[in-house]
Amino acid sequence: MLNISGIHEGFVLDHIQAGMSLQIYHDLKLDKLDCSVAIIKNAKSSKMGKKDIIKVECPIEALDLDILGFIDHNITVNVIKGDKIVEKKILKLPKQVKNVIKCKNPRCVTSIEQELDQIFLLTDEEKEVYRCKYCEEKYTNPNRRKIKFG
Amino acid sequence: MRHLMSPLDFSVEELDQLLDLASDIEKNPGKYAHACDGKKLATCFYEPSTRTRLSFEAAMLNLGGSVLGFASADSSSAAKGESISDTIRVISCYADICAMRHPKEGAALVASQKSGIPVINAGDGGHQHPTQTLTDLMTIRSLKGRLGNLTIGLCGDLKFGRTVHSLINALIRYENVKFILISPEELRIPSYIRDDVLRANHIEFEEVERLEDAMNQLDVLYMTRVQRERFFNEEDYIRLKDYYILTKEKMELAREDMLVLHPLPRVNEISVEVDDDPRAVYFQQAQYGVYVRMALILTLLEITVM
Repeated sequence: MLNISGIHEGFVLDHIQAGMSLQIYHDLKLDKLDCSVAIIKNAKSSKMGKKDIIKVECPIEALDLDILGFIDHNITVNVIKGDKIVEKKILKLPKQVKNVIKCKNPRCVTSIEQELDQIFLLTDEEKEVYRCKYCEEKYTNPNRRKIKFG
Repeated sequence: MRHLMSPLDFSVEELDQLLDLASDIEKNPGKYAHACDGKKLATCFYEPSTRTRLSFEAAMLNLGGSVLGFASADSSSAAKGESISDTIRVISCYADICAMRHPKEGAALVASQKSGIPVINAGDGGHQHPTQTLTDLMTIRSLKGRLGNLTIGLCGDLKFGRTVHSLINALIRYENVKFILISPEELRIPSYIRDDVLRANHIEFEEVERLEDAMNQLDVLYMTRVQRERFFNEEDYIRLKDYYILTKEKMELAREDMLVLHPLPRVNEISVEVDDDPRAVYFQQAQYGVYVRMALILTLLEITVM
């Protein structure tokens, strides 16, 4: 297995779908953080075959778990303190996501109103369906996994 | 402060209260003639609408209030590029309540978030038109005496017709309501209504293509217009626009106490010869629309008339 002991304080995102790590890197705005980030692609996994892993050395509060839960709530978040895993956070689908995805409905008011936040609300937790707060256009996460891990 | 964005904003109990008030207004209009003295309704219509705007204005005038507003985006500051949020902030300084129609879906919700006065969604594109649903419910309740234990036939454009979708959503909250969905294959009810609303709530329904097959089962027949603006292809529109025409002959198949409703405007889906049939209540429906809007204005302004 991969060694995570190199991190003193930070987090390890495990069980990322293979190929998704760079998108998550950008969505979590890790490029804006002044800290070390390691992206491991196509690591071997007994559960998934292949997986990606992201290791970040930074205070845990710097991570937006809501966005991560929205992207893929099956990702395992290991919190590291003093070189050890002190917590495994369980991600939940956030009740709402703000300015992460844009409404694609051309008839939606978000297409014309200046500086209006793009807000999507969770309307069906089981099917992981979000709808635009304004026009109720459906958004289904394309990264949704059928099998849940961990 | 309360707004109205969707017909489901009101609980069944609140809806009953609103419809009771509307019925009392119908019976005792004089009692309410000065209920809104000194109050102003702003009708902010970013797209043309004759019926809805005039119905709102008639409602406020009947209550003794005044009206101001605009009837198209060209004659508003939207033409200069003003946002909905800014417009409603300004209008909040001029009026006590606002009815807004806008071609963009969710526009009234944006307005309500920044408004200092109650906002009524008077239609936001193909999304919601709650006062039409309230009108439909009042018509059925007033003339049938109930909103439960009914078989409702919905006929015509069930795919794009927002009034049909809203009415289904509102009626499933009552006991023992059955739907017969009458439409050509191309204009059938969307799956999110069939699966997520009807099937998910175990509501009895059937889908048929011929109006004649359903007529004798119905307590209410809700006719809709096939709207030209919903079609990309003129040929499809021409083929489907005359698919259903309610005639005197078809009315003979219906029960004696069946009601025919239509949100109007009608084009030719109901033959003019049906207008004189006492079961044709679509013009009465327009009158109920005024009463229910009066009740809504009083409710949102929190005005009680003793």
